Amino acid sequence: MATAHSRTAARLMLAPATVLLLAWMLIPLCMTLYYSFRRYRLLTPERQGWVGFRNYENFLTNPAFRDAFVNTLILVVGVLIITIVLGILLAILLDQPMFGQGIVRILVIAPFFVMPTVSALVWKNMFLNPVNGLFAYAAKGMGLQPYDFLSQAPLASIVGIVAWQWLPFATLILLTAIQSLDSEQMEAAEMDGAGPLARFRFITLPHLSRAITVVVLIQTIFLLSIFAEILVTTNGGPGTASTNLTYLVYVESLLNYDVGEGSAGGVVAIILANIVAIFLMRAIGKNLDA
Amino acid sequence: MGTITLNQVTKSFGDVQVIPPLDLSIEDGEFVVFVGPSGCGKSTLLRLIAGLEDVTSGEIVIDGRPATEVPPARRGLAMVFQSYALYPHMSVRKNIAFPLRMAKMDKAEQDRRVDHAARILNLTDYLDRRPGQLSGGQRQRVAIGRAIVREPQAFLFDEPLSNLDAALRVGMRMEISELHAQLATTMVYVTHDQVEAMTMADKIVVLRAGHIEQVGTPLDLYHQPRNVFVAGFIGSPTMNLIEGPEAAKHDAHTIGIRPEHVAVTDDGPWQGTVGVAEHLGSDTFVHVHGTGLAETLTVRVPGDIAVRHGDAVRLTPDLACLHRFGDDGLRL
Ligand SMILES: Nc1ncnc2c1ncn2[C@@H]1O[C@H](COP(=O)(O)OP(=O)(O)OP(=O)(O)O)[C@@H](O)[C@H]1O
Ligand SMILES: [Mg+2]
Repeated sequence: MATAHSRTAARLMLAPATVLLLAWMLIPLCMTLYYSFRRYRLLTPERQGWVGFRNYENFLTNPAFRDAFVNTLILVVGVLIITIVLGILLAILLDQPMFGQGIVRILVIAPFFVMPTVSALVWKNMFLNPVNGLFAYAAKGMGLQPYDFLSQAPLASIVGIVAWQWLPFATLILLTAIQSLDSEQMEAAEMDGAGPLARFRFITLPHLSRAITVVVLIQTIFLLSIFAEILVTTNGGPGTASTNLTYLVYVESLLNYDVGEGSAGGVVAIILANIVAIFLMRAIGKNLDA
Repeated sequence: MGTITLNQVTKSFGDVQVIPPLDLSIEDGEFVVFVGPSGCGKSTLLRLIAGLEDVTSGEIVIDGRPATEVPPARRGLAMVFQSYALYPHMSVRKNIAFPLRMAKMDKAEQDRRVDHAARILNLTDYLDRRPGQLSGGQRQRVAIGRAIVREPQAFLFDEPLSNLDAALRVGMRMEISELHAQLATTMVYVTHDQVEAMTMADKIVVLRAGHIEQVGTPLDLYHQPRNVFVAGFIGSPTMNLIEGPEAAKHDAHTIGIRPEHVAVTDDGPWQGTVGVAEHLGSDTFVHVHGTGLAETLTVRVPGDIAVRHGDAVRLTPDLACLHRFGDDGLRL
């Protein structure tokens, strides 16, 4: 792949895919940008025109925006913490030789195969429902008052549901990393007098740092745009208690019929996501260098 | 101090007994080398001593105290692994200091010991590097450094030089021997390279399939191999082993003669044609075929004797240096 000829050939062959990807991403992006500077309300479609930054002003000064921003952060950070901590513990557990290892591993991966809408509905109706849910049933069984998760602790419930979905991903990546740990290193540490906790802290955890970085980066990208789980469970409520940025954009453009402000919100979300990405890369990106 | 005794130690993995009952005692300050062909259980034996594997039965005594149930960290032994097993995310200094840090030694004493070890091992300039930025020989020295700072009862080495190139191996071999002379600590060293065994050991333990075939000084093993296996294993090139009528002439089942004890002469009793002559400069190893005694006889002759492929030669063994073995393979 080093000669000039082969490089040209490689570029030519990559071109169709690149063009397709560009079109796929650029056209929606440009249209979003375009609408974000236009007056475009579906209720009064005939009153159009350029409005400058008015849509942005409206979106940013909307009291729901601050809530949505904070909720987005809580959602991302909460799910990251839960999946990484539990993921490491599960990965260590799954790495131990045990009876039925193959089946247990498949069971752990299973939640990842369930689509978000379905799993959120399953959680909502089978587990969290204050009348028919399993948790309510268990609470009643113990003589306690059933807890209405989705209205009392909507954001925490969504964090739980999303963490449940992403735990397999984190576990899987961390498990492969743990399996690649040189057993002689562990034995050397054992001979050097490191107990199980010290071995975890000084050998396993540093070894996992790269895998943890990958998990954080990939999950952040997806967690910033959580939508289906909120739509089918709480609808962003009560109030704005479980509205995140993605959901707020949806509310503005499709519930309030203001495509202009929704587009402005989309652009704001893109910018915020990029800021988060830059901070993340600064903070932990160095772990990815060989 | 660093005495290690194994009493009737056995080890099985599942149904397979890798180490049959085995007795061995290692004196304080001794340099003991385990040699044997691949898969004979050398590493397993070392790991049993280290405590990284549990014995199936039998008893291990270290420094006069029963150690069979003692966890590896508290046996007072330090091990150097074949893969070095350095901690890749720690600097050389942190690597070497790790056992001290785990022992909660105070920082000043840690630094003193690390600097001391680094000086002995010529690592002073590399203390701030990561293991990934070191050459194989330097990594090896870091691994040794990590072992010596603990001031252990004994060192355990599992083929520490097998990843190095030939020249470096000779250099490190001498460094380890010198270190042993300097520290006077017991060392147990596993290798399958019998040159390493011969040059470094105070005492060699020859293993085959978990059995101890012979224990002795390098020269004991060289001059008085207890059986055919040891005779064939120790010495380079290997001893010529001859069976059949020629052996019967000496009232033995097998006779053995080392290459250096056969001479190329004009009127020797054995004759054959030269297959390959390996000229090393100082010596020439001549591989002779068609003698009717064994498939190939190896002969060591001075480097200035001109022999080539296809030459017919006559050979004279030095009968004073003949080794005789009986039907059971044991020395007569
Ligand atoms: N964990 C294990 N489970 C089952 N069998 C094992 C295990 N470890 C070693 N063995 C077997 O025990 C025997 C001795 O192995 P060991 O590693 O001690 O050999 P070795 O003498 O060190 O060989 P080498 O020179 O190739 O390193 C081998 O036949 C090996 O297959
Ligand atoms: Mg081995």
